[in-house]
Amino acid sequence: MTTKLFGEKVPRVEDRRLLRGQGRFVDDVLAGSGTLHAAVLRSPHAHARMTGIDVDDVLDVEGVHLVWTYDDLTGAMAEPLPLLIPHPTLTHGRTQHALADGEVNYVGEAIAFVVADDRYVAEDALARIRVSYELLPPVVGIEAARAAEHLVHDDVPGNVGARMEQQTGDVEAALAASPHRLSLDLTIERSACTPLEGRGVVARWDPDISRLTVWSSTQTSTGVRGCVAAKLGLDLGQVDVITPDVGGGFGVKINHPWPEELLVPMAARALGRPVRFTEDRREHFISSAHERGQVHHVEVGFDGEGRLLGLDVRFWHDHGAYSPYGLIVPIITSTQLLGPYKPEAYRVAFESLYTNTVMVTPYRGAGRPQGCFVMERTMDAIAAELGLDRADVRATNFIQPDEFPFQQGLIFQDGRELTYDSGDYPASLVKLKELVGWDEFPAYRAEMAAQGRRVGIGLACYVEGTGVGPYEGAHVHIETSGRVKVATGLTSQGQGHQTVFAQIVADELGVRFEDVEITTGDTRRMPYAVGTFASRAAVMSGSAIHLAARRAKEKALRIAAEALEASVEDLEIVDGVVSVRGTGASIDLGTVSVLSNPLRYAFDEASKAATQFSVGDPGKPPVAEDDEPGLEGRDFYSPERATFASGMHAVVVETDPLTAEITILRYAVVHDCGNLINPMIVEGQIHGGVAQGVGGALYERMAYDPSGQLLNASFMDFLMPYVTEVPDRIEIDHLETPSPLNPLGIKGAGEAGVIPSAAVFAAAISDAEGFALTSMPISPSELFDLRRQHSEEPS
Amino acid sequence: MSEELHDVVLHVNGAAHAVSVPGRRLLSDALRQDCGLTGTHVGCEHGVCGACTVLVDGAPVRSCLMLAVSGVDAEITTIEGLTEDDGTEEGRLGPVQQAFMDCHGLQCGFCTPGFLTTVTAGLRDNPDPTREEAREMIAGNLCRCTGYQNIVASVLRAAELARDS
Repeated sequence: MTTKLFGEKVPRVEDRRLLRGQGRFVDDVLAGSGTLHAAVLRSPHAHARMTGIDVDDVLDVEGVHLVWTYDDLTGAMAEPLPLLIPHPTLTHGRTQHALADGEVNYVGEAIAFVVADDRYVAEDALARIRVSYELLPPVVGIEAARAAEHLVHDDVPGNVGARMEQQTGDVEAALAASPHRLSLDLTIERSACTPLEGRGVVARWDPDISRLTVWSSTQTSTGVRGCVAAKLGLDLGQVDVITPDVGGGFGVKINHPWPEELLVPMAARALGRPVRFTEDRREHFISSAHERGQVHHVEVGFDGEGRLLGLDVRFWHDHGAYSPYGLIVPIITSTQLLGPYKPEAYRVAFESLYTNTVMVTPYRGAGRPQGCFVMERTMDAIAAELGLDRADVRATNFIQPDEFPFQQGLIFQDGRELTYDSGDYPASLVKLKELVGWDEFPAYRAEMAAQGRRVGIGLACYVEGTGVGPYEGAHVHIETSGRVKVATGLTSQGQGHQTVFAQIVADELGVRFEDVEITTGDTRRMPYAVGTFASRAAVMSGSAIHLAARRAKEKALRIAAEALEASVEDLEIVDGVVSVRGTGASIDLGTVSVLSNPLRYAFDEASKAATQFSVGDPGKPPVAEDDEPGLEGRDFYSPERATFASGMHAVVVETDPLTAEITILRYAVVHDCGNLINPMIVEGQIHGGVAQGVGGALYERMAYDPSGQLLNASFMDFLMPYVTEVPDRIEIDHLETPSPLNPLGIKGAGEAGVIPSAAVFAAAISDAEGFALTSMPISPSELFDLRRQHSEEPS
Repeated sequence: MSEELHDVVLHVNGAAHAVSVPGRRLLSDALRQDCGLTGTHVGCEHGVCGACTVLVDGAPVRSCLMLAVSGVDAEITTIEGLTEDDGTEEGRLGPVQQAFMDCHGLQCGFCTPGFLTTVTAGLRDNPDPTREEAREMIAGNLCRCTGYQNIVASVLRAAELARDS
């Protein structure tokens, strides 16, 4: 009997391969088979005009095959890289060139490209390139960008790439009429995804068929394919992009094309040999994207119960040197800031500012951590002002379960109205308070205080729009062996897609889980796809796969009904065998697949059953007019709008009275991502998000000096948490409020764990210390300084 | 200017690999590109992340901080060598590998080789770790996906499997 796998903790099919060292990551592809290695000369200056590049000596180095600068690029390759997501308010969008054209705007910007026998020789060659620079004043940090004494781009006045405003209700009137008002200034610093595997690309040109194969560690193979074809002047049909195993993405690999994703294929074609580029760690810090840096100002008006009457938020987004990914991050902050709450009037305005630093594109959470921080710090400020319980103030402002679908009156990141589909925030809060012991905390605090220990508790709530469009697709093929091959176009970076998608197929088709094989991110198998971002894979591809499997099943039942001379309604499929209920008659899916493809030629015993003298009504065409051969199903899922997951975190911290060291005592999560396909995998996603959030709240930042040098561009100095920095046990409780928008009732889960971290740690540390934190991350030294400032200020 | 090459034999997972490498070639690169053992991953090339950890005469070593030519007299074990012979071509997962599978101790799998080798050596030294000791055992390796929760569980599970076998 086939048991339903949806909702089960099914072990991952990916693991067996990865645990044997048989993963295939991009740097493993064509390893050691005469593949050439590329290296990139990067700008050592944050802002400079290049007055000359001398590459004369480079080709003298033995083993060097090619050196390119901007002057070697022609046609579309000489144009700036694409601005992927244009928006009408992005009036001054700017993107870099594959190799810098005369000016560099951040330390790390690509200037020259070398291909050699191995990476060592390629780096030797880079050392021979001489560039003369005329230094220009760098713009580093939001304050300098706003002051605009110097410009990043001469033709972008005030360093302002975009100004955008959205409003619901009359905020000014609401603020003026509010019985209570507060102002807050809130800051989040820069951080970055830092997957353990950096970027990488391998390309091979096949002159016999004029076809390019590109392997990239990307979150979008179809995106890369489109860019490579357009930039290299190839037809889409000449370019295959395969995404192999990817060693973590977290957002940074959704941006594309990176200069190397174009230069490597171009070099492979020019040299007639496979070429690879593998980013090293320093390169990842200074040439891949960052995120998070924003400064916010809040004006809030509320009544005596803490009800939000008017909320007016202005913020400044540090976009770095270029804006290839458009305004997605600040738009998400500005809309998702509202979380589970419903202020009577809301206005948000932001400026996106250029600085001479690494460009900014989404990092797990994508603007939501900042929005959550702003909203939740505001909630805590209101509670403090009114002397109310922080959880109660939140409950007062919740959207209620009977208010869904709830329209926030704003336009979301996908250009669609921000409409929450479902949720139950009051129930989540009840669960969280219970899980963490919210109501018992005052007693615990007193007990700790008696021992001379200082503890604090915080909570933070968020809503996350997941599963944004435009679409994903799936192809399901039941082979004559009975095995089921499934392809979907979006890519995988460790989320266990091969497992959860196989669970969906096994359930829908009635086949054994181990007979299902999932392929992701291979444009040869599914050329229509968008990519993996915005917690969308399960919702989008999961739904598409479910629909495609249903189509394959319908066809299988139709053919089986004919073969078994039964009606479709009487059939069931269990463990890959179609049988007529209540009789012994049955046919396995492999045979159904044979029958689905009328043959002239038999190639084995099984296929004889489908040849022209064996099968079919001689009075009818072998393939009916509205049919096609083969037992396949293909479908696409394209929802009208995103589905909104939600959650709440609480943390208990201890701060050392002397050293200001911050210790996490407990971390509790209540998470609602609709129906869970595989709870083990969802919990793993939450664990990882929480750990990344701990890093973002307490350790990780990008330490730029005033000249635009990133001082901590290594794992020695960028403090990514080890096990010693994350809570020993993350306590998790689930709520499952199904989404009405997709057939499986699921919502995305990938980013959730990281969204409330800055907010929840700020809340807990503030609670322990008795003063409000307004800037994150926070180190023990900073906390120590804040203590001094607050003890000096008479309150 | 041609680089001087050194002909050396690396003993990896019980097999001898004759390679010809420049003096500056890292062990990690030699294992991956010259021996074709791509199971060892390179995450930072400055010895902090631990993804490239291999066992050199049983002791965990960052293969990105060791030159290939220094490995000539050593027995090197990589992730590929952790699988146990059970008569099949594939072999059976060793206790540490099996534990990571049982406990969902990996997501993207990129840092995993370094954890598996580190834990293998750790359990040899301390076959019965407490939870705190299990955390300590993996405290020199970075993982960006799992939040370490299930890796700690995997260490404890591996100890259990090794004891039962």
